[in-house]
Amino acid sequence: MRTSELIAALAADPVPEPIRLGRRVAAALALGFVVSLAIYALMMGPRPDIAEAAQTVRFKLKFVDAFAFALPTLLLMLRLGRPDAKPKTLAIWLVAPLILLLGAAVVELLVVPQSEWLARLVGTHSRFCVRMIPTLAAPMLVALIIAMRAGAPMHPALTGALAGAASAGVAALLYASHCPDDSPLFVATWYPLATLICVGVGALAGRRFLAW
Amino acid sequence: MKAQSIEDRLDDPWSRLMRASIAGDEGAYRRLLEDIGRSVRAMARAAFARARVGDADIEDAVQETLLAIHLKRHTWDAGQPLAPWAYAIARHKIVDALRRRGRQRVEPLEDFQEFLAAPEGEDPHALSDARRLLETLQPRQRDIVTSISLDGQSIAATAARLSMSEVAVRVALHRALKSLGAAWRRSVK
Repeated sequence: MRTSELIAALAADPVPEPIRLGRRVAAALALGFVVSLAIYALMMGPRPDIAEAAQTVRFKLKFVDAFAFALPTLLLMLRLGRPDAKPKTLAIWLVAPLILLLGAAVVELLVVPQSEWLARLVGTHSRFCVRMIPTLAAPMLVALIIAMRAGAPMHPALTGALAGAASAGVAALLYASHCPDDSPLFVATWYPLATLICVGVGALAGRRFLAW
Repeated sequence: MKAQSIEDRLDDPWSRLMRASIAGDEGAYRRLLEDIGRSVRAMARAAFARARVGDADIEDAVQETLLAIHLKRHTWDAGQPLAPWAYAIARHKIVDALRRRGRQRVEPLEDFQEFLAAPEGEDPHALSDARRLLETLQPRQRDIVTSISLDGQSIAATAARLSMSEVAVRVALHRALKSLGAAWRRSVK
């Protein structure tokens, strides 16, 4: 086929309804979140002492951490959906949740006696945490990958990994209200481990489904 | 006025043609694709020469780029100039084409501006894989694409010949182009 012939076919194809990637991603995330919320309600629910816990800095910090992670990863993923993306300034924001996590962990080490460090790090529900964050993230990850198929990412695996990270961040927001472990030592250990699982799955899904 | 300054900044010919195309100007779209095609051809030739790959697949790279530009039109941000966006897609597709020829490592391609200045016309004898890939489409889709591209028929004439509505022909054409893009991508592996 000659290129001029292909162009004739392309020009005859009408202008489609414009796809707004941002709206599509927002709708997908909302839809996925509803499913995650249902899983949360069925399998977990808020911890019984949530009213008292909500008064403590450690409990509140879990939500700040999760939000500070979910927001930049989500925006970065969306940005990478365009082929001419220049994500550098946005990528700097990924450092914020790391600083928060590490800073809080250091403060915790300073204010808590050494004899309690290990107990706080291990916590009571570490294995449940590592399983439940990916479980809650899964519906959102699926929805985000489907929505991002309308994009044109130059780095499909990286874009998928960010979708996994963003899903894990939002899942952590939910899970944090169930999780009885509030120590930053616990949060800085097990939440990132659970997130890594989502990032890995997201990268594989991205390579498979976001290539174009 | 803010809107006015954005208009000024984006008043390069390609962005202007793309805006007209989105507004429904088929002639502008045709001209834009021909223009981009000429620049991508020069770019592909330079990349193929540097990778010491014969120039047999250059027209494939050009056509795959144009098809991708068409199918991913909505990812262009109308607040940005079109050329860097088109260049990113072309680079992506040229790298794919080189990988298909067994080149794992591909050197970065030069600045697009260079190829904007030195466009290259189509070799009338160069044929692409597209015709072979057309065989993978459903018969009705293949018939419609062939009618409009190779035979130069209008949508209306094609619709009349196949006893279909024009809308149905357009829908089938769009699906066919999407399938063609997918078939091309599969042929990379």
